[in-house]
Amino acid sequence: MRNDAAKLDSALFTDAVVQKPTRDGFGTGTVEAGKADSRVVVLCADLAESTRAEWFQKEFPDRFVELGVAEQNMATVAAGMALAGKRPFIASYATFSPGRNYEQIRTTIALNEVPVVVCGMHAGVSVGPDGATHQMLEDIGMMRMLPNMTVIAPGDALEAHKAVVAAAKEKKAVYLRFGRSATPVFTTAETPFEIGKALTLFDDPLARVAVLSTGSMSYEALKAAEELSNEGVKVMVLHVPTIKPLDTEAVIAAAQRFERIITIEEHQAAGGFGSAVAEALASVHPIRIDRLGIQDQFGQSGDPQELLAHYGLDAAHIKEVVRGKI
Amino acid sequence: MALTDTEQRVLEEYAARIRETIIEMLVAAGSGHTAGPLGLADIFTAFYFHILKHDPKNPAWDERDWLILSNGHTTPARYAAMAHAGYFPVEECLTLRKFGSRLQGHPERVRLPSVETTSGPLGEGLSQACGVAYAHSMDGKKNRVYCIMSDGEQEEGNTWEAVLFAGKYRLANLTAVMDRNNIQIDGMTEDVMPLEPLADKYRAFNWHVIEVNGHDLSAFIAAVDEARAIAEKPTLILAHTIPGKGIPEIEFDYHWHGKPPTKEEGKKFLQELRTMGGKIAQEYA
Repeated sequence: MRNDAAKLDSALFTDAVVQKPTRDGFGTGTVEAGKADSRVVVLCADLAESTRAEWFQKEFPDRFVELGVAEQNMATVAAGMALAGKRPFIASYATFSPGRNYEQIRTTIALNEVPVVVCGMHAGVSVGPDGATHQMLEDIGMMRMLPNMTVIAPGDALEAHKAVVAAAKEKKAVYLRFGRSATPVFTTAETPFEIGKALTLFDDPLARVAVLSTGSMSYEALKAAEELSNEGVKVMVLHVPTIKPLDTEAVIAAAQRFERIITIEEHQAAGGFGSAVAEALASVHPIRIDRLGIQDQFGQSGDPQELLAHYGLDAAHIKEVVRGKI
Repeated sequence: MALTDTEQRVLEEYAARIRETIIEMLVAAGSGHTAGPLGLADIFTAFYFHILKHDPKNPAWDERDWLILSNGHTTPARYAAMAHAGYFPVEECLTLRKFGSRLQGHPERVRLPSVETTSGPLGEGLSQACGVAYAHSMDGKKNRVYCIMSDGEQEEGNTWEAVLFAGKYRLANLTAVMDRNNIQIDGMTEDVMPLEPLADKYRAFNWHVIEVNGHDLSAFIAAVDEARAIAEKPTLILAHTIPGKGIPEIEFDYHWHGKPPTKEEGKKFLQELRTMGGKIAQEYA
């Protein structure tokens, strides 16, 4: 059953559930963070509309910096602004930032210990028709390897908003991951969010398998759990928006309670969230972990739902994995 | 304003001491870059002993001028100048590149905050300086921002992204200094990847450009004064320097880009510096 403490939207599985892309949460979140702290600035590399940076630009035109198509410069100018006391958010597509400007982020932001928030939009295959060049699938891995870097993949637009507001208060760098396509807003304003904390979405005393999910895959996990429950198969769903620092306490507790863990992410199965879970458990409580994600390949053009189904990143596939092997 | 004879002599004296410290620290480290730091000794002398508004006892002073070193591999020259200026004891220079030292092989802000930022990977200093200058102008602050960069790093795309940015935003509080010594690791810059005409390129990107002899302290300081008076655009001081300046065996030789002197070479070079190349009979020290 759904966890009451998660305060999920009651319209969750009806047509009334709101559909919004998580990048909308970047737009609204930076406006709120900007109102609370005049040091907050937003830097953009020629993608103000699609990253939603223009929402901040409209509210705070003097604190919005347009850099043109120059992601390396965006990261390093942001580092300089942070050195001079600002709280910069840098926004572009994740393939370009942190994809193209990885070394700039490594040296001038992470090693330099400055509070720049790197915001990677259009992550995952659900970017859709743009195809593989624009579907970033390696960013979680790249960013979580960096010391001094917090990594968050919010579950929906509302949680993305909360993550942006929280990131603006961090003393070191943060990587925030956003998607292009609209996804169900399954949380509410009352749903707890804290950097570094996982949240149980669904549970049952009879559950024998835990599904650990990050980003918008948590909705699919929740949907799978609800449907399986109606069919008499019980699972637990742990939503893990913060991939680093991982909520190891919650992950270890899940491992100790269940026979098997399934992880799911819209990212390469190697190096990302599932790998982080495996690393956390390997020496403490090694159990079987099935890591769902992209299996060492690039994406392609298509409709977002069609692509997610093709790569096994939907509720139907989660159900099969749970059923087939339980 | 022109330097008085006394000021000129004092600065030359500091430059000589800084060169000696560079040789001593590189010999002690057993690795590092020699030609670039020696070539920049005069420019760092001008900055730390004449140009910069700074306080070695209060490096985080809010009103200080910022000096960002983009080509971080020349940091021995900066460390030596900072030590002689009073940021830390000169003896600490001998810890360069050693385990536990604040004086990392390439400068790190977290270990030594007075270096302002972390640098070494080329092409990233100018854009960080742009960020500092932009933030200062947002806040109406008057601090000057200086960025020293190499000629080799003009081959990096990131450099030109920053050049465009500074031109667009008319960052008049930013002055870049290019150490035009014509060498890089694989040879002469014009053989590895021709850069000229550098002055025309910067002018085309809406910068004010001043060319100067990077070893003429008085001319260099005058160029910085001129940059301060340019209110509508950023300035590039294209400082022509001799790599390895001060040690005839090293001057103009790109092989000295990335290696330190041996103990014996160090002894000989120090003697050359201390006798002004044999012009005075006795070492002063």
